Amino acid sequence: METNEVIQTLGDFSLFADLSRPELEGIAHTFDEEWFGEGQRILRQGFTGSGFYVILEGEASVRIDGIERAKLSRGDFFGEMSILLNEPPNADIVALGPLRCLVLARSNLSEWLLSMPPVALRMLQAELRRLRAAGRWPR
Amino acid sequence: MAEIEKPHPPGDYPVVVVGSGPGGLQTSYCLARLGIAHALISEDDGPGGMFRHFPVFQRLITWSKIHAPAARGSDAYEWFDWNSLLGEEPDHRALVPALMDGTSYFPSRPEMEAGIVEFARRTGIECRYGCKWESTRRDDNGFVVSTSDGDYRTKVLVVAVGMAEPWKPQVPGIEAVPHYVEMKPPETYADQRVFLIGKRNSGFELADGLLTWARQIVLGSPRPARISVLAHSTAAARARYLQPYEDHVLGGGNVVLDVAIERIERTDGGFRVHASGTTTPGDLVLDFDAVIAATGFAVPLRDLRDLGVATFHQDRLPGQTPFWESATVPGIYFAGAITQGSIGLKKYGIPSNSAAVHGFRYNARVLARHIAAKHFGIVEKRPRVDKNDVVDHLLAVATRGPDLWNQQSYLARILEFSPEAGIVDQGTIPLAHFVDAEGPDSVAITIETDAAGSIHPALYVRRGGRVDEHLLPPDPLHQYETVEHRALVAQLLAGWV
Repeated sequence: METNEVIQTLGDFSLFADLSRPELEGIAHTFDEEWFGEGQRILRQGFTGSGFYVILEGEASVRIDGIERAKLSRGDFFGEMSILLNEPPNADIVALGPLRCLVLARSNLSEWLLSMPPVALRMLQAELRRLRAAGRWPR
Repeated sequence: MAEIEKPHPPGDYPVVVVGSGPGGLQTSYCLARLGIAHALISEDDGPGGMFRHFPVFQRLITWSKIHAPAARGSDAYEWFDWNSLLGEEPDHRALVPALMDGTSYFPSRPEMEAGIVEFARRTGIECRYGCKWESTRRDDNGFVVSTSDGDYRTKVLVVAVGMAEPWKPQVPGIEAVPHYVEMKPPETYADQRVFLIGKRNSGFELADGLLTWARQIVLGSPRPARISVLAHSTAAARARYLQPYEDHVLGGGNVVLDVAIERIERTDGGFRVHASGTTTPGDLVLDFDAVIAATGFAVPLRDLRDLGVATFHQDRLPGQTPFWESATVPGIYFAGAITQGSIGLKKYGIPSNSAAVHGFRYNARVLARHIAAKHFGIVEKRPRVDKNDVVDHLLAVATRGPDLWNQQSYLARILEFSPEAGIVDQGTIPLAHFVDAEGPDSVAITIETDAAGSIHPALYVRRGGRVDEHLLPPDPLHQYETVEHRALVAQLLAGWV
């Protein structure tokens, strides 16, 4: 994907819905692009040092102790919980086919979120939706 | 007459390796040691790959220590000699430091090239030079590699052509800007105001080389500069090139900017650059006498995308499995600097050293073993380890293993435990494969660096199919053969040792 294509793609994602073009461009330049083949693990349950990922293309499975709990696709993100809580991930994320992601290293996530309050708010909303869907949050 | 004597004429081969840089030569050497017949072809007229021309300022950023804490020619010496290719015979080892004049612990480009040429000569690697890979297609039996000399047919193609294609981002007007590889002699830039696009090693290399010539140097790219000593990575700007950065930080007159470049225009005397700040908002319009794009390289994949080879990193690298096989076209493997496309665990955002010789030379050895086993059923007999020696064996590997030190969190040494075969040292494999694939009860040991820069061994223990990570404590002098480390490893391997 060329940078311009990445910027256009990011603009469609709800996480980045409030951002201007220069801000989206900043994200495209701040994150690295990574690519995974079918079956490859991106996050590994219990392993330290993982990053924050946003899916550009493809689908991934969220597996806890090998059992699929959810699927993620274009525009979804993962890895933030492990970083913000400073714990190893509590799930595997496995590519279900070719998977293209943007990734930010662990040490940069907090600073990046603080510099992008609208993204932090959107991320919080998404986390609350996940909690509600998991039945651990009163409706 | 010379034509008749050229090795590896077109035809059918079990394996075809393309490229005669360090990646192609190391792969060819390792395949040959395993008895795998193959054709090695290259469009160049001699060995060396990119080191026949680059770096521009003719000195490498990878060291070879003439005096090191390990004997020259030993396995452990490789840890300190980042540039020599790997040989099994004493006569094939540590060839780059043997040719260095001793004035620097970074070899000059000619010294590096001479080291590679000497490796090819002493090991007797045969390469068909002047044979240009032109196109690729499939047939019923695998792949047909069409070259300037004719067609090569093979089931296993290893592409080791380097990150050899100059790459520029899509910026209006950048086509008029010369790339790093097109830079003129430094004196050409005397008393000029020069804009360098890019803040990675090639950008800082040019800035460092132009310090004595340019009137002012401005480095600009969207991302803030990453510095190796802070990022714990050789992929970030290396300390050797930091003089321009210090000049910027101390207000010396040269400037480092975090800007997205909107467009570049030609002017009467040079270039006008339109840019907008990324870390500090604001638009800039700046005039320069010269602009150079130090924007990196891509893999010259030719028509491999048409065969289905998926790419990433702005279409510059092929997506790969942990064993450096195209993740979308089985049978096509990659070697050399291209192997950086197999990302591995990349813990704490620290990439492997697969972009450099000291990383990919080990990948080549692992790749040759993998190809031999998977495609030809040739498996080396691996040494057994006595139950009482396992702990010491693992900690010795962690303390002195050059492959683990030069490919941290990426390559791992494996011991397998089986009731029938006993304890077997399975050698070094990609860590990502070990932790993600199924396998027997076993342990992998690696060296890792965490976010705080602490370097320590890590054990990955697979019991009953489940792999758990265990980080061992660091040691100020990286000596892990301590009472504390022994006790911890013994505890983690309880029941096996």
